[in-house]
Amino acid sequence: MSALAHAGSAGGAPAGDTPPQEREGRSWLPYLLLVPGALWLLVFFVVPLVQLFTVSLQSQFPGYPGYYYRDVNFSNYLTALTDFAPQFGRSLLFAGLATFFAFCLAYPLAYAMAFKAGRWRNIMLIAVIAPFFTSFILRTVAWRQILADEGPVASTLNALHLLPGGHITETWAAVVAGLTYNFLPFMVLPIYASLERADHRVIEAGGDLYANGFTTFRTVTLPMSMPGVLAGTLLTFIPAAGDYVNADLLGADDTKMVGNVIESQFFKVLGGFPVAAALSFTLMALILAMVFVYVRRFGTEELV
Amino acid sequence: MIRWLTNRFAIIVAVLVLLYLFLPVAYTFVFSFNNYRKSNIVWNPVGSPTLKHWKDPCGAPGVCDALVTSLQIGVIATVIATVLGTLLAFALVRHQFRGKATSNVLVFVPMATPEIVLGASLLTIFVQGFSRVGLGLGFWTITIAHIMFCISFVVVTVKARLQSLDPRIEEAAQDLYAGPGATFWRVTFPLVLPGIVGAALLSFSLSFDDFIITNFVSGNETTFPKFVYVSYLRGIPAQANVIGFSMFVLALALVIIGQLVGNARRSSK
Repeated sequence: MSALAHAGSAGGAPAGDTPPQEREGRSWLPYLLLVPGALWLLVFFVVPLVQLFTVSLQSQFPGYPGYYYRDVNFSNYLTALTDFAPQFGRSLLFAGLATFFAFCLAYPLAYAMAFKAGRWRNIMLIAVIAPFFTSFILRTVAWRQILADEGPVASTLNALHLLPGGHITETWAAVVAGLTYNFLPFMVLPIYASLERADHRVIEAGGDLYANGFTTFRTVTLPMSMPGVLAGTLLTFIPAAGDYVNADLLGADDTKMVGNVIESQFFKVLGGFPVAAALSFTLMALILAMVFVYVRRFGTEELV
Repeated sequence: MIRWLTNRFAIIVAVLVLLYLFLPVAYTFVFSFNNYRKSNIVWNPVGSPTLKHWKDPCGAPGVCDALVTSLQIGVIATVIATVLGTLLAFALVRHQFRGKATSNVLVFVPMATPEIVLGASLLTIFVQGFSRVGLGLGFWTITIAHIMFCISFVVVTVKARLQSLDPRIEEAAQDLYAGPGATFWRVTFPLVLPGIVGAALLSFSLSFDDFIITNFVSGNETTFPKFVYVSYLRGIPAQANVIGFSMFVLALALVIIGQLVGNARRSSK
């Protein structure tokens, strides 16, 4: 990409661009800092995506399952979208629900951390991150046991006749609960960061101007934390939409998400590579489009 | 009255959410004492609780090999990603150059890409291109992938720290006749260091916990999360619970010690 192209012609950077206090001849320094990391991302992020795109256009060798030839075959996209539309829809729906629930849980926590915790603040911050180290899979398996039919949650609800189907696991509710749980820290941390940076005096001023607690929150606190809410929404929604572990461990066949399809097309279906690549690429394009709309709408300061 | 309620409400919900975050961790801890037979899913009242898994955490075949693999990959990926990401963050915050906007996008987009897409795309190049040069799926392909997705998180973390530095501190150093090198090493770097350490911790936890990308690019190599996932069907051994919970305690202890050292240093000044 152009970062590399410019790095090659670093010596030709116009001298007028460098601030006066910076010494002449140091214009190569930014490129020296930039190139190793940028090169890594080019070779192991951009090139693989281009390769994935070419794979998504390949065709299968007739009569030789598992072999493909280079082609410009857009029918893989048609197959991907017509055959797996339910899984696609479910991914977006489940990720959206999980993001909403994560927001509902994360906001009060982040709010308490930023304004009410006092000297407990750092301990709470650690407590949000620490469960990460127990391993995502281990915790998800633990949820399966907690929500299992003979487990504490389902048996209590069943005893009270509050569980219509009799099960939590193997339903969409379990998958959404798992997604909410696993990506909750990604919602808490950005909201906390933006609330912590907010000027507390502005919030007090709201009270001084006779706004009640709720009005102050709605008109002052919430708008000030919007960059964090935006970042948190993206950081929760994106991994949730691409996840397949929660649907795999907590759900059933009728709660599979697009990630499950991609995984099984890659590893379990002979000759599934092109369709899996087309699915991956569609998912990425969809999410990037949403991100760009979102960023356009709300600004980028918290992200880029 | 409403303010009193909202104050209490936030704290009550916060405590409940923290309990929710810890619930499966507590479950993992409790079942590390289970005297299980085939699978560690149902509590066995006969002979439980037992300390035998804690005395022999490597007792289940393969669990410690997987752990060692994960730790090795985590350390290598963390070191390389932290160095590359920190350099990138300095370039992006402190310098003006052509291609800066493109570089920002290049750093941002990997974070906005679902892991499964990253895993799938890396698999296609590792299978179709790199195997020809002798780089088969395994330890190094996992490490390469982890470095790639950690870089962006390092850049974001270090960038935030760099941007929040008061530029007047560095100006003051220069007014006191510190050269650019002295200013950097004695003023800027120590101030940015907490951000770099935080970024390294984040990288390590992301690498250690990653399953989706790892599963795509690992071939026959088994990391700790992959071990747990694969053994899920046959029943996860309680030794995995011991290791999982120990990592949690270790991380907690490390961060708390870091906090205490930081506080002690601040108060001694």
